[in-house]
Amino acid sequence: MKEGYVVKVAGPLVVASGLPDPKMYDLVKVGEDRLMGEIIELRGDRASIQVYEETSGIGPGDVVISTGEPLSVELGPGLLTSIYDGVQRPLDTIMDKYGNYITRGVEEPGLSRTRKWNFRALVKVGDAVEPGDVLGTVPETKVITHRIMVPAGVEGKITHIREGEFTVEDTIAVVDSGGGDVQVSMMQKWPVRKARLYVEKRPPVEPLVTGQRIVDTFFPIAKGGTACVPGPFGSGKTVLQHAIAKWANSQIVIFVGCGERGNEMTDVLQEFPELTDPYSGEPLMLRTVLIANTSNMPVAAREASVYTGITLAEYYRDMGYDVTLQADSTSRWAEALREISGRLEEMPGEEGYPAYLGTRLAAFYERSGRVVCLGKDRREGSICSIGSVSPPGGDLSEPVTQATLRVVKVFWALEDRLAFARHFPAISWMNSYSLYLDQTEEYWGDEVDATYAALREEAMSILQREAELQEIVRLIGVEALSDQERLLMETAKSLREDFLQQNAFDDADAFTSLRKQFLLLRLIMRFHAVANQELEKGRGVEELLDLPIQEEIARAKFMPEDQLGGFDELEEELVRQLTARVEVPQARIHEPSTAVETAAEGA
Amino acid sequence: MVKEYLTVKEIVGPLILLQGVEGAKYNELVEVEFPDGSIGLGNVLEVEEDVVLLQSFETTSGLNIAETRVRFTGRSLELPVCKDILGRVFDGLGRPMDKGPRVIPEKKLDINGSPINPFARDYPTDFIQTGISAIDGLNPLVRGQKLPIFSGAGLPHNRIAAQIARQSGVLGETEDFAVVFATMGITFEEADFFIREFRTQAALERAVLFINLADDPAIERIATPRMALTAAEYLAYEQNMQVLVLLTDMTYYCEALREISAARKEVPGRRGYPGYLYTDLASIYERAGRIKGAKGSITQIPVLSMPDDDKTHPIPDLTGYITEGQIILSRELQRRGVYPPLDVLPSLSRLKEKGIGEGKTREDHSGLSNQLFSAYARGKEARELAVILGEAALSEEDKLYVKFSDAFEERFIRQGEYENRSIEETLSIGWELLKILPRSELKRVKEEQIKKYMEAGVSR
Repeated sequence: MKEGYVVKVAGPLVVASGLPDPKMYDLVKVGEDRLMGEIIELRGDRASIQVYEETSGIGPGDVVISTGEPLSVELGPGLLTSIYDGVQRPLDTIMDKYGNYITRGVEEPGLSRTRKWNFRALVKVGDAVEPGDVLGTVPETKVITHRIMVPAGVEGKITHIREGEFTVEDTIAVVDSGGGDVQVSMMQKWPVRKARLYVEKRPPVEPLVTGQRIVDTFFPIAKGGTACVPGPFGSGKTVLQHAIAKWANSQIVIFVGCGERGNEMTDVLQEFPELTDPYSGEPLMLRTVLIANTSNMPVAAREASVYTGITLAEYYRDMGYDVTLQADSTSRWAEALREISGRLEEMPGEEGYPAYLGTRLAAFYERSGRVVCLGKDRREGSICSIGSVSPPGGDLSEPVTQATLRVVKVFWALEDRLAFARHFPAISWMNSYSLYLDQTEEYWGDEVDATYAALREEAMSILQREAELQEIVRLIGVEALSDQERLLMETAKSLREDFLQQNAFDDADAFTSLRKQFLLLRLIMRFHAVANQELEKGRGVEELLDLPIQEEIARAKFMPEDQLGGFDELEEELVRQLTARVEVPQARIHEPSTAVETAAEGA
Repeated sequence: MVKEYLTVKEIVGPLILLQGVEGAKYNELVEVEFPDGSIGLGNVLEVEEDVVLLQSFETTSGLNIAETRVRFTGRSLELPVCKDILGRVFDGLGRPMDKGPRVIPEKKLDINGSPINPFARDYPTDFIQTGISAIDGLNPLVRGQKLPIFSGAGLPHNRIAAQIARQSGVLGETEDFAVVFATMGITFEEADFFIREFRTQAALERAVLFINLADDPAIERIATPRMALTAAEYLAYEQNMQVLVLLTDMTYYCEALREISAARKEVPGRRGYPGYLYTDLASIYERAGRIKGAKGSITQIPVLSMPDDDKTHPIPDLTGYITEGQIILSRELQRRGVYPPLDVLPSLSRLKEKGIGEGKTREDHSGLSNQLFSAYARGKEARELAVILGEAALSEEDKLYVKFSDAFEERFIRQGEYENRSIEETLSIGWELLKILPRSELKRVKEEQIKKYMEAGVSR
């Protein structure tokens, strides 16, 4: 046991002296309570330690023990369905053992040592294996098969392989690496600050389907991509993140609640286990790991939590899965960096953030991507990182947002203006962007419909034109617009209300498949096209805009996924109504409710 | 064993530097004996070998280097608690100031508390009826929530806070309800208003007050909210009470924090506030909540005055990121004499979705509030337009919206200071107002609810 002693305490920063052979980022235990900490600075004999727990009661002379190892996470079966704090301590077990509060110095391993897993071997004695090769599988949950891989640095011939029920520490295989036998268990350890290895990185090609119309259709993100969601408070950022976690078509979801609200985390913790995975029909938790480090939990553990999250994500990526990592919020993480940097008395950069903020953020996002994994089968896996930023005062020019925008490819600009108008998701169609459009257009073209790209572009230009026209209306009034322009305004309104707005709490509306997104968009654009033709034939815009079909378009988003044929009928009905010469007496037009009933009887 | 030191080296503002100290611990409570024999409290901010940096909760005037004695108590700042604290008035450090009998403590609790395990938290789902339509109808408060009031100088946030404290109750339940009330840096008049308010409404026996006034030591304010929350935790989790904590005014708390930070020559963050302001505020606000299996709960309403009504100022900004929404007061409504002047559009209650609806309030609550929101937003927009272009430029539809938003402010938002509206009353006012709009505009409420709640009344 390597021991030193405390010489200085200032909040979460403790300086220790007398540690034999201290290394940067070594994990240490401070004081009688064995508070967990990490060495972040070395000056001569003195080691600065950021402590992951509240340091009240620590004073000079208290013992400091070094483990001689960096902060690592345990990787193996049992990660899924777990709920960890920022340094991979299981919160559920902690509650069972220590009560409702997180007492200091709690130590619990990330993976259960007693639970047994059913291991089925895929290799046999005599096979040559290299790092990343799959030794066998464990049904970790009903939906995810956990692949047990040869850990890094182990290479050679299998001399022993077992099958059956084992704990994560039991030896399941022995590899003769030339220099001696290596015993392999189902558990590996990996230092969180180091990216896990892979063969090569490849550019993303396939969109991550989120079921959110504005995302998938207008601002898509690719599997292996990176995105940033800023949000002034109250703009529905969290609801959007939850929706993506629930609905995105990646196999594994890692959700890092980093310095956010306790009640919000509780919402995730309570809601996730009850959610049904739309793809398998099983609980969503079966493919999810939650990391919860709320704002009142120690700030140093908050700093570690995003690394813990991305390391778990990399581990599942290495098995060949598509992983979505959500970090909410990276601003809180950056603030943790700033706080610790301040305590270290480092020279501050912009707004007090350390000068290395940009580098750290870039390094974090760079750990996502689509890669060819280690292992002879050359399988592919991906990590899609979606980080939220919480710019103070909604000011996007602040350092964290700016440093993030330099590295991410997708920007979903949440705006409180939209949220006030109860337009959800409050993603601005004017200010958002996605640099994955080219890749996803190809995919949409192949998988959904060849006309997608053109349709999307047309819809987008209508929305942009609307913004210009709105200025005119604001200044001169709606009378100044031509009939064509008024129709465009109406179509844009329909696009906003009937397509972009999506209710995350409505069963039929919460998820929209790509096919339905396409049909819905086509329906609205069809309305625009046909109405435009009618205008050209000399009809007035008023008679086209008060038709019952508009209300039906508004309801189209609630059409069940298994009855998408309804869209064809709607399109026919749309053409019929728009082209029909009005014979109805004027009075009936002003009673839309009767008109709906008549239409319903007719259908 | 209490150690006493006479080795003060420096006194800078509220900070005291001491040398030659043995065995001091971070965050330890100290007693500072003034040369005139009076005793103040302080705690350890930083300790390096035998050098200790203290912050004094009292003003340091009168201290000198030669005679000041410092005693280390070996514990952190604690609050003695027992059920008898109800009905009492304490100072900002938890010492009785109402000339009542001594509090015989059942136990002493560390005022810093421990973070609640997120897994042990229970999600807030019980609607609290405040009797104020603009809150209940549109931004409902739920048990275990922290919902701040963002105010500004000259706005009636204290009257609103007092009204909430008076009227709050959980629907259909008669459980023990308590109010813990902490003031930080407010004036005597304001504090007096609250104490009288509690007295006249016979609410004092279910309240605990912690009073730190504007002329009390600023540093004491660092401890005051923590005192209040420690008392609240005791009442909620050990006495099974539903506790409402009012903290006013958080701006002064943050200023005290800034004062310490500046005296320590720390690297400042935005507007001179320390970089750890977020973490520090979180350690206060996050003590609201519910715990699985526990009967009691803590609901927090911090009040903060925004300097120059600036929502992007670090204090409201960081607060908004921790709390679950915000109630914002509007100077415009105040000018027009509307009480309570709640600016409903930028106000938000993040937890409302799970606290309202069938079985909680009423099935139509969610849809109705969305409809009122969007209609009011549109009405206000149209009204602004009318100011620029004149009434004539508005479309017929927009004119109706303007009419709606005027009526909304007059009948929905405006109410008496002692008017306690039930949620049913609030909702029916809402439906009544929607009649102003053409029915085809009511897209956010369900057809059958329109029939049931709006039109049923019309036909009769």
